[in-house]
Amino acid sequence: MKEREIKFSDFFSKKEKRLEDSFIQQVYNIPGGESINKCIQCGVCTGSCPVSYTMDITPREIIALYRSEDIESILTSRTIWICASCYACTVRCPQGVQVTDIIYALKRLAMEQKIFPKRFPVHALSNTFVNLTNHFGRSYEPGLLVSYYLKTNPFKLLGMLPLFLKLISKGRIGLLPQKIRDKKGLSRILNEGQIMESIVPE
Amino acid sequence: MEYAYYPGCSLEASAKAYEESTRFVFDALGQKLVEIEDWNCCGATYYMATKETISLVISARNLALAEKYGNDIVAPCSSCYTILYKTNKILNDNFIMKEKVNQALKKDNLEYNLSLNVRHPLDVLVNDVGIDTIASRANTSLKGIKMAQYYGCQIVRPERGIDDKEDPQLMDRLFKALGAENVYFPAKVRCCGGMLMTTYPDVGLKLTKEILEHAQDNGAEVVVTTCPLCQMNLEAYQDKINKKFKTDLHIPVIYFTQALGLALGGSPKELGLNRQLIPFKPEEKTLEGSR
Repeated sequence: MKEREIKFSDFFSKKEKRLEDSFIQQVYNIPGGESINKCIQCGVCTGSCPVSYTMDITPREIIALYRSEDIESILTSRTIWICASCYACTVRCPQGVQVTDIIYALKRLAMEQKIFPKRFPVHALSNTFVNLTNHFGRSYEPGLLVSYYLKTNPFKLLGMLPLFLKLISKGRIGLLPQKIRDKKGLSRILNEGQIMESIVPE
Repeated sequence: MEYAYYPGCSLEASAKAYEESTRFVFDALGQKLVEIEDWNCCGATYYMATKETISLVISARNLALAEKYGNDIVAPCSSCYTILYKTNKILNDNFIMKEKVNQALKKDNLEYNLSLNVRHPLDVLVNDVGIDTIASRANTSLKGIKMAQYYGCQIVRPERGIDDKEDPQLMDRLFKALGAENVYFPAKVRCCGGMLMTTYPDVGLKLTKEILEHAQDNGAEVVVTTCPLCQMNLEAYQDKINKKFKTDLHIPVIYFTQALGLALGGSPKELGLNRQLIPFKPEEKTLEGSR
């Protein structure tokens, strides 16, 4: 039997270890992802972020929490779902940490493990988008918004109505979704992609 | 030159004017855009936020289809551009991921052989066609039009190598050469909030307000953009912003290809300017006089 090295993480829960393993796997698939270990906690990411003022955990704290093996706290915060993916942190990080792509990895982890912040159902937008795209091969803006608001806050739909009508009058909203021709081919590709998704190289 | 053209879903709907003006500009400059047959949604940021391998598969299907058209794929939407660029980079960088993606594509007899460069039309127009050539083809001066050049996030970030990440100059140089006046606009690469306008409007409205204020306070009469989502966020919510923050914003927001199309003699209709929610009508004072 292989001799086991005792790690700090052995003192943490199984759940935390599962999160950690899955997260590391994803981060190392990002080009330059290994630079996460070079973070010096300087906070340039947080200072550059246009929305950090409204986050409960800042981008710098994400890496600190990952280091103290508390990924679950990251996933239950609103932070990763507030990130608008502007990459300001990534280009300014003096250590080359791929902050934005790390946040994407955390979003995928949250989706996979179904761990979300309370009363902040932003991930529902991603789910809806993915379902529409899988079905039509194209995205469909009105379908996305209507379905998102119905899931989260139907009253907001009414507020969107004036803009919706204005956009229709300018020919900027398609009343029917566009579809690709080769829907069957796409679904074969997606099925095989699902299998590939589950293959994790050693 | 000939380019594989990836319009993306927005350009067929809310950003139809971007599609119309992009095609007009490329035509007027003798460049050929060949639309990729049966392209699919790139997956946008949402797919990337859901599943890793499949998000790369769905975006790589387009790269595989585009390879037969040449070496460059052009995507005007900043989000499509980012996703296709990122997919290309990951597949070039990560052999195992490339094999996994191709294994999935094989189910529809497709394969991606890493031969493409993913380009944005702004990069193509400035760096392939050239500002001198464009200026020599222009028949209408943009003289006197005060523009705020808004690049947004994803056209220069993360690493694109086409322009400076903090203070890009491609549009500034292009429109200066065509006679326009670029106002001081430090918000040129500030984030518009993207989908926060839907998911967290308090924050989305604040971000767009700040960008629009920078433009209007510095005397711009029009904001020029490169991205469908930026355009929508900046143009469509000005009433809401005014109500919430007691501001007095009223400034048209157009695509850079629409502004460029005007210089190349396009009519407002050809360039989709009739689709604006806040009309931009420069011809009354400037364009007419210079023809």
